[in-house]
Amino acid sequence: MARSDSRHERRVRRAYPAALTLTACLLTALPAGALIAPVPHVEAYDRPNDPGETIVVAWELSPDDRTPPPGDADAVTVLSYRVLRAESPTDTLTEVGSALPGKTLYRDSEVRDNVAYYYQIQTVGTDSSLASSAWAGPVRSSGQWFDTNKAVLLAFMLLFCGAVLVLIHQARAGRELFIRPIPGLSAVDEAIGRATEMGRPILFVPGLGTSGDVATLAAYTMLGRVAHRTAEYQTGVRVPCYDPMVMTIAQDVVKSSYLDAGYPDMYREEDVFFVTQDQFSYVAAVNGLMIRERPATNFYIGKFYAESLILAETGNFAGSIQIAGTDEIVQIPFFVAACDYTLIGEELYAASAYLSREPPLLGTLKGQDWGKAAVMILIILGTVAATLGWRGFIDFFATQ
Amino acid sequence: MKRELPRMITLVTGVFLALQYYVPHRSSAHMYETLMDWLIVVGIFAILLGIAGLVRQHLTKIQSRRENWPYSVALLTGLFGMVILGFWGQGLGSPFVTAYFTLLNPVQATMFAMLAFYIASAAYRAFRARTLLATILLLSAVLVMLGRVPLGEIVWPPFSLGSLEIPGIAQISDWLINVPNLAAKRAIYVGLGLGGSATALKVVLGIEAPHLRG
Amino acid sequence: MRWYEHLLNLDRRVLYALIFIAVLIPSLLPIGLPINISPEVENVFGRIDALEAGEIVLFPLEYDPSTAAELEPMAMAMLRHAFQKDLRVLACCLSPTGVTLVEDEIARVAAEYDREYGVDYVYLGYQPYPAIVIMTMGENFRTPFPLDYYGTALDDLPMMHGVRNYDDVALVFTVNATSGIDFWIIYGQGRYKFPLGLGSAAVMATNYYQYVQSGQLFGIISGLRGAAEYEILIDTEDPVAGRGMDVQSIAHALIVLFIVMGNITYFVDRRRRQQQEA
Repeated sequence: MARSDSRHERRVRRAYPAALTLTACLLTALPAGALIAPVPHVEAYDRPNDPGETIVVAWELSPDDRTPPPGDADAVTVLSYRVLRAESPTDTLTEVGSALPGKTLYRDSEVRDNVAYYYQIQTVGTDSSLASSAWAGPVRSSGQWFDTNKAVLLAFMLLFCGAVLVLIHQARAGRELFIRPIPGLSAVDEAIGRATEMGRPILFVPGLGTSGDVATLAAYTMLGRVAHRTAEYQTGVRVPCYDPMVMTIAQDVVKSSYLDAGYPDMYREEDVFFVTQDQFSYVAAVNGLMIRERPATNFYIGKFYAESLILAETGNFAGSIQIAGTDEIVQIPFFVAACDYTLIGEELYAASAYLSREPPLLGTLKGQDWGKAAVMILIILGTVAATLGWRGFIDFFATQ
Repeated sequence: MKRELPRMITLVTGVFLALQYYVPHRSSAHMYETLMDWLIVVGIFAILLGIAGLVRQHLTKIQSRRENWPYSVALLTGLFGMVILGFWGQGLGSPFVTAYFTLLNPVQATMFAMLAFYIASAAYRAFRARTLLATILLLSAVLVMLGRVPLGEIVWPPFSLGSLEIPGIAQISDWLINVPNLAAKRAIYVGLGLGGSATALKVVLGIEAPHLRG
Repeated sequence: MRWYEHLLNLDRRVLYALIFIAVLIPSLLPIGLPINISPEVENVFGRIDALEAGEIVLFPLEYDPSTAAELEPMAMAMLRHAFQKDLRVLACCLSPTGVTLVEDEIARVAAEYDREYGVDYVYLGYQPYPAIVIMTMGENFRTPFPLDYYGTALDDLPMMHGVRNYDDVALVFTVNATSGIDFWIIYGQGRYKFPLGLGSAAVMATNYYQYVQSGQLFGIISGLRGAAEYEILIDTEDPVAGRGMDVQSIAHALIVLFIVMGNITYFVDRRRRQQQEA
């Protein structure tokens, strides 16, 4: 009589073919040569401070990610990293991208928000061997409502705006605010008067900026002032414009200034005109205007680039008195060399406050001074911190 | 209402765009891109206005035979000519690109080259040692101009005076550019940044609205 | 009229004529002044020279005919270096008046090295609003440029297979004379942290040395001088910028002479006036 097998023995007999099959599979899957080492650690996370639909997959380099040692050119090294993704642990992984050796990061931008994803990094060896890392996940992408990298910037902006509003309030309440004399702005009325005496027009060049540039906004303010004065003095003003939107706004500024001065009939549409949106074609047209009409006074207020010296020298040749102001730092030296008065940097933005002396505008100017004082203190503190090696202070202000 | 409505639109749009910079969410980015698309559309209509005004102005000049009217003919020919040529394709060898390389290219390069002449006359006239600051300016200009060309390095290379190492003009020029020049520029940038923010704040809050004076 | 009064009131056309002669003579009769290589240019050269064959470099070439005299030699030298190293070049031009100019340059240099379009180099062309283009390229080049300059879908170009955004390029080097440089620094490198280099006109490059100091730019090539140095480093057969340095040397020396002359006449005249008043 045969002895009956134990349960354990029956289990082993059933498992034996499966184990054999599995071993055979493993053996055939293994390449004949050396095995590439997988990456030791993978993590996946929602990309911070982004609109969403992006997941960052980061990993440590495979130990075989190296240049082959000398004398061992056949050593197996990393050829590439394949980034694989699945939507569940039981799903088949699909390749979504790859990275070259030395890279440790991949941004997957082809995901949907609030959907769980799983990632794996497969190292590909120079001998075509493959090695898979552990899975990372589940990870879900989402958009953020606040960029934490800009927190310091936001705080500074709110402080600055708050200071400006406080100073505007104080100015309206009657507090005296001192502004140092700015020669270029003091000379505006004198320059307009000169044009009237000579019976020649005034040329106002609002620069090559768009209507969204701050320098162009400052140009509108100055243009309004100049147009008002020229209307009072019955002198013509010519405003060649580079940008059509600037032209439409400049036309309104000049028209309303003439109306405020009580001379609406003086306005002629051909005095404020569009020229071209090509830099040097615009310069050629303005130069021609200067040579033909010989304006007594030229204003260059706004954004200028390489054409600044060409304009200023031609105006000098035509015998005009010239007042320039731009926020393009590179062009300021050219204006300084060729013009009678130059508004440097933010002096241009101070024009409105300086010319009108209105309390809200003076308050804004003072706010700028406070802001600069704060920056100067921070620079000094930062220099001390950097010298003493206090990284925390410096890193606090670093933007990512 | 004619004054209030534009100011209200300026306020809402200005505050939104100021805060949008800090909000990376997709909906915020989408609204920003929509506004930029609108900006393009408005800009195109503004170009049409500008071109219409330009054509009208020069046609009037031609019709009334005012002084220099032939130049108005040249302008209108160039304007419409390039548009028409563009319909024949824009690859290399096309009439549009040929006109670009034979007309626009040399003219623009010539205009830029005029700077060399103008800087000579500006330097002759303006770089005078009238004051201490003007003297420092002209000395810096001379050192940088010579330090940036091979001739300067031949005339004044680095040399030793006993145990003292005297830098050459190229090193002095580099120091002038990288230290005092850069320091001054950074300071001006800080002022410009604050001034620009203040100006934008004035416009957004309606304290100053030069573009709404009409 | 005394000699200094003549000089004080010198017709500017005399100065222009002298400048013209100073530029013409060395253009026709090159002197061959030796050019020293600066650390900045050597740094940029070394960075590109260290790249492996097959890596992709993005060259935004943003200038127009007015600045081409200064920047074209620089761009051509960068392209030649890239092709010498068997790098693959992805180029664009976000300046509307320079797009045809840049296309012509790339085609010429590619022909010198027998490079095939679509395999070794791709030209994306122009799209408006550079800030938005730079930001959206960070997600996918296909977003602002679904087609290349010639109207071919990027996915149909062999070189662009698997190339999605800045992560897939080794570095970005922009030869740029527009305000777009700030956009590349703020919206490109600032957001996506790729290695960014800059080649610019000499007058503009002085603004950007601070970004090299802060690490936002890995290097700067400044003006015609920088281009001449780079031509020496790549051992080019046609040193256009190098020839230009002779001209620049003589012209600079002449302008310095003008400044000296102007000051001498100024001081002589001032002394005469002071003596008369005394």
